[in-house]
Amino acid sequence: MIPEQLHYTETHEWVRLDQDVATVGVTDHAQNELSDVVFVGLPEVGRVVRSREAVAVLESVKAASDIYAPLSGEIIEVNSALTEHPELINQSPYEKGWIFKLRVESQDLNGLLDASGYSARINP
Amino acid sequence: MPASSCHTILAPVHQSLGARMVEFGGWWMPVQYTSILEEHQAVREAMGLFDISHMGQITVRGEKAAAWLDQLLTNRASALAVGGGQYSLMLNEAGGVLDDLLVYRRADQEFFLVVNAARRDDDLQWMRSHLPETLSLFIHDDGAAMALQGPLAIPWLDEICHRTSLPSRNQIRSMKILDLPCWVARTGYTGEDGVEIFCDPSHAPALFQEVLRLGHDRGLKPCGLGARDILRLEACLPLYGQDLSPDITPLEAGLHRFIAWDKPTSFIGQNALLALREKGVPRGSMALMMLERTAPPRPHYPVWMDGEVIGEVTSGGYSPTFGQGIGMALLRHPLPPPGSTVFIEIRGTKFPARLHPKPLYKRT
Repeated sequence: MIPEQLHYTETHEWVRLDQDVATVGVTDHAQNELSDVVFVGLPEVGRVVRSREAVAVLESVKAASDIYAPLSGEIIEVNSALTEHPELINQSPYEKGWIFKLRVESQDLNGLLDASGYSARINP
Repeated sequence: MPASSCHTILAPVHQSLGARMVEFGGWWMPVQYTSILEEHQAVREAMGLFDISHMGQITVRGEKAAAWLDQLLTNRASALAVGGGQYSLMLNEAGGVLDDLLVYRRADQEFFLVVNAARRDDDLQWMRSHLPETLSLFIHDDGAAMALQGPLAIPWLDEICHRTSLPSRNQIRSMKILDLPCWVARTGYTGEDGVEIFCDPSHAPALFQEVLRLGHDRGLKPCGLGARDILRLEACLPLYGQDLSPDITPLEAGLHRFIAWDKPTSFIGQNALLALREKGVPRGSMALMMLERTAPPRPHYPVWMDGEVIGEVTSGGYSPTFGQGIGMALLRHPLPPPGSTVFIEIRGTKFPARLHPKPLYKRT
């Protein structure tokens, strides 16, 4: 089910905002579409990104998928567990499969979808 | 969803099993049922069952069938005893590959050819344009076929067939499986031992499901095209459209073993291959394995060595068996020796890989 407390992008990223730190991953819908993730290309800590910029790459068995920054800010942490265990994204997309953390420029989430908005997006 | 003529007879079974379906070579096929990695593991450790009904099935009949196939294809069909089978290639006049296929001799004057799904129509056009009047082609339009592959496949099949003797490697035999008449060939595309089973389409759904049911407790899983691609890649078996094409000759693809040079009549493309051999074959195929944990190599990624591009990846992907990206590449001659380090350019960045002779995976 789609976690209520998170926000979402059109491109299937989820965001958990805690003050000015945003944790980002991909949704259950996304990991299901991708199927087995075999490699995660993590961004560099310290990189400054703009909203909607391609920030990370998920390689599944069949194809590569870009992951986009949901908000503008600076990358302050990446989930290095994904290097050895990319399957965490399939197994635990909202918890253990988080991908990176951003210190956001602005805590305004208006550009993002809420749970029901995202649900409508994937179940038209 | 594509028109019904693009469904194999097993499509409803795949759907009932919850398979994710995709269009492949004009056919609606299962990519995976559960997870590609799980299905791969089943075939390497136990056994997997694949729908291969999309492959083209063609029968050639007539007194001169063997001689004609000798001329049409690179290998020596006339050397097959009844019940024998061999891998072979069909070339154009320039020596480029039109298709790779299996040829089985089901009777003295009857040969059964299994060709790639995406090439079937083109193959038929080519074959018809070279067919003498005395021979006939029969196209099994709604043919059904399935592949049972894995280390447990043969021992288990032995049991359920109550010790009816199974064909030996590359052989084909008419026999019954679960009381249903089939042609069973000891061939496959996974690098494991196993069989490919050809049966009447009306029997196929029942056979597929019953085999799955009976084999479940021994670890048998239905497997889709996703797993099939990784399995064949690990075994360095070529995929037409990537490792083979009209622009690639069997000499460049390293398929010398399947070329019979001294048949009574030359095969189509033989002169071109001879000329190439004399001039010097310009390219060769080698396997490669990434040296670091990286995104996997994929078709067309450039291969670098000593600051220049020496070729490109033809097939590539992540290998669960090796825990690394692997691939096959077409490289210019002189080929670097096995063990050489090259660099694969993956989305603008170069990552090291080691070259290996084929195959990477060989079953024990």
